[in-house]
Amino acid sequence: MNVNELLDQNREADLLRFSTAGSVDDGKSTLIGRLLHDCKCIYDDHLAAVTRDSKKLNRDEVDLALLTDGLQAEREQGITIDVAYRYFSTPKRRFVIADTPGHEQYTRNMVTGASSANLAIVLIDARNGVLTQSKRHGFISALLGIPHIVVAINKMDLVDYSQKRYEQICAEYADFVAKLNIKELTYIPISALKGDNVVERSGRMAWYKGCTLLNHLESVQVASDRNLIDFRFPVQVVNRPNQDFRGFSGTVASGVVRVGSEIMVLPSGKKSRVSAIASFDGNLEYAFPPQSVTVCLEDEIDVSRGDMLVHPGNVPHVARSVEAMLVWMDEKAMSLNTPYYIKHTTNLVRGAFTRLHYRIDPNELHRQDADRLELNDIARVSLELFRPIVCDEYQKNRNTGNFIVIDPTTNATVAAGMVIERSGHRPGGGGDRPVSRNITRESSLVTPEIRQTFFQQKPATLWLTGLSGSGKSTIAKALEKRLMDARQACFVLDGDNVRHGLNRDLGFAAEERKENIRRISEVASLFNQAGMLVITAFISPYREDREAARKVIGPERFLEIFVAPPLGVCEERDPKGLYKKARNGEIGEFTGISAPYEEPSEPDLVLPTHELSVDQAVDQIMAVLEGRKIIGT
Amino acid sequence: METYRISNLKTLEAESIHIMREVVAEFQKPVMLYSVGKDSSVMLRLAQKAFFPGKIPFPLLHVDTGFKFLEMYDFRDQLCREIGADLIVYQNEAALKQKANPWDWGTIKCCASLKTQALLQALTAGGYDAAFGGARRDEEKSRAKERIYSFRDAHGQWDPKNQRPELWTLYNGRTNPGESIRVFPLSNWTELDIWHYIHAEQIPIVPMYFAEEREMLVRNEQLIPVTDQTPLGADDKPEKVMSRFRTLGCSPCTGAIRSTATTVPEIIQEMMVARHSERITRIIDHDQEGSMEQKKREGYF
Ligand SMILES: Nc1nc2c(ncn2[C@@H]2O[C@H](COP(=O)(O)OP(=O)(O)O)[C@@H](O)[C@H]2O)c(=O)[nH]1
Repeated sequence: MNVNELLDQNREADLLRFSTAGSVDDGKSTLIGRLLHDCKCIYDDHLAAVTRDSKKLNRDEVDLALLTDGLQAEREQGITIDVAYRYFSTPKRRFVIADTPGHEQYTRNMVTGASSANLAIVLIDARNGVLTQSKRHGFISALLGIPHIVVAINKMDLVDYSQKRYEQICAEYADFVAKLNIKELTYIPISALKGDNVVERSGRMAWYKGCTLLNHLESVQVASDRNLIDFRFPVQVVNRPNQDFRGFSGTVASGVVRVGSEIMVLPSGKKSRVSAIASFDGNLEYAFPPQSVTVCLEDEIDVSRGDMLVHPGNVPHVARSVEAMLVWMDEKAMSLNTPYYIKHTTNLVRGAFTRLHYRIDPNELHRQDADRLELNDIARVSLELFRPIVCDEYQKNRNTGNFIVIDPTTNATVAAGMVIERSGHRPGGGGDRPVSRNITRESSLVTPEIRQTFFQQKPATLWLTGLSGSGKSTIAKALEKRLMDARQACFVLDGDNVRHGLNRDLGFAAEERKENIRRISEVASLFNQAGMLVITAFISPYREDREAARKVIGPERFLEIFVAPPLGVCEERDPKGLYKKARNGEIGEFTGISAPYEEPSEPDLVLPTHELSVDQAVDQIMAVLEGRKIIGT
Repeated sequence: METYRISNLKTLEAESIHIMREVVAEFQKPVMLYSVGKDSSVMLRLAQKAFFPGKIPFPLLHVDTGFKFLEMYDFRDQLCREIGADLIVYQNEAALKQKANPWDWGTIKCCASLKTQALLQALTAGGYDAAFGGARRDEEKSRAKERIYSFRDAHGQWDPKNQRPELWTLYNGRTNPGESIRVFPLSNWTELDIWHYIHAEQIPIVPMYFAEEREMLVRNEQLIPVTDQTPLGADDKPEKVMSRFRTLGCSPCTGAIRSTATTVPEIIQEMMVARHSERITRIIDHDQEGSMEQKKREGYF
């Protein structure tokens, strides 16, 4: 072939990722070897080595399985095997095979391999028919949302290429998959060993009218598997090389975005328009999945990593609690109500599983009650997040519906999750978007500037954080007095007072504490909008929660003040005798003793109160307020 | 009319860019290992694309054994000047003082000190918590299972029993202080993809990849390049051979192949006919069975 034709062909070729799974000895390695060999994708030196080894092993024919068969040996050496990736191409397409070992305990590997695949080949040995593992493969492929499944009925040579046997197996499998959600299912009778219907059409199965496995792989329509409707763009990095350029880089997860499109930033809800889509190869007019691009906006609005750009008329969920299917992948079983890290799109959020609804038996698809979730188990769970994530159901959108779970102590990836349907608003749980759809924000005739002149101050929230006994409440009260004496309008939001009224339905469980902080942030925000200064005095031990408060209140109005005497000093003061109780184990999860306090990384002010009088502390805060021109202008 | 088709190369490009951005977002101090070869050239172009119009936000690290071909040094210095990349060159000074070389020390030991050790020293000295490498999974059987994020302990060692599963495009970049990851953004590229991309994007590569008449020692079908450093035996008669290099390494340990390909399309065409894996010309792999696995465990890329 002429080299220019070759280059043209390559420019046109697209990529298909598929996974293969089968029980041991169903012929998976032979099949992969056959595909690679018949597509002439094996280097001469590799083929020579395999021919040599086949002779050594006294095989009659060249054993193509030897080309790939590495996983067995590694398992014996105790190497973590999950997936081996192989590559081959034809003039039409480039293929990536995610090859997973077929043993029963390898649910974890199959899930890993299936996660990136558009197509799955489930191998069945024609002599054995449908085994539990063939079902498991089908179930996992469907669970992971693989749109195209090929059931390759192998070793047809050993059943005399019998049409009857083939149809029997098809019928049995069809019975099983009827319960699953699969877009396209194809059956192909093959012999991996002899090559029938793999790349070359078989002359021995004239009754089979379909195409060969390779023809199918080359022609299956995968472009339409992408979601081109719902625009979702998780921001990976903010690209700001100089004053003149500010862009948001990321990979289009779904949908199409065009220059001039109106977009909304989630979770903030701020809106703007796309001014340009920048790329090294010149600006683009539009971008679609899976392109990696840089989007520039018309307005200077606050956007950071973890935010998502969407079209305002088509928004995903902004959720603090999700329902999910979870595949557990770690030796250590899952713990309920224990914080894990959740990586979802470009976000890393802490969260905890609050309920284990049921486990699924992947062979029979039965639901089982479960009180534990162990390696290779698949279950439906409720997940509470410490900060909202922006997500869709996995079935609608693979890229924004998936997440992984990371153990915070070992840093291991312990589970894979898929969002199913979102749980509604519950007291204490807290949805993040308004539950009622028909509400819009009313604008006022009184502008923030008018309020600023009226109150002679810029509104702000002074968020005091620190251990119990650090002096937050004392300082808050003294500061409030000092500000009122200076004729500045302000108000302290005090924990107990809020719990008497607004938050009386909340207890102290992790999710309720979180909701407590959320509501306080909203109230503080309302006070700020009214023009007033707000002082809050909550331990607020988690950085994530404080960051959430900063988002609600607005970073320009949020001052984080770290009241920071050493733990020893707080414990000595122990005004309410709580440290003593915590040390005696009478109170669990006590910040500083049995629960962590995450220090602010960049507080606006640090107050070492063991070295300061209350007046001095208040002086320092007043100085910051004046310095920032919040008061005294 | 708008089209939403995306080619194989553009898909691979998008994936690699995604990986690079993810690392830059989540790590304190990434570095890119730059070996001057064709894969490094592609990786560098992808980095330019990922952070355009900004500059590449991490330095390039060249672990220099001192035995590279002169053309490689010239190419490296000129390219880095042109694109304004921040280049760090590191050598294992102690070993070079002891006159480390493959002829006296043997290839394995020489590689261990001038490459593996030098790399670990350079990474520790720089305090890097993530290092990009240009390895591909199609290079070798043992790489087929390698993760895109390959986790290393505080000694830079790869623990095959303790690698994290990788799902979707979600990468787990959490490490403890001292630990690091090696990142392989070209994992899913094949050698042919690399050449097609170099052609399509007009990426500059070292001229050694193109055929010309070169001084070679011909020993059992192997072409060993002759440089100033090559120790010549009495019977060794260098000859001029029309040849090119398929991979670039150290001059004493890199073989050439006979070829007349002087352009990228000609190289691609040659690859479609002469079908040998690229490592066959790398002498280092002939030392010992399973030698790659061993080197990898010790921290080699
Ligand atoms: N007769 C026949 N044997 C096959 C076929 N495919 C695979 N085999 C044999 O089945 C055995 C297991 O195959 P292998 O590919 O190693 O299975 P794996 O464990 O699924 O990778 C080997 O002895 C193969 O030669 C086939 O289509 N026909």
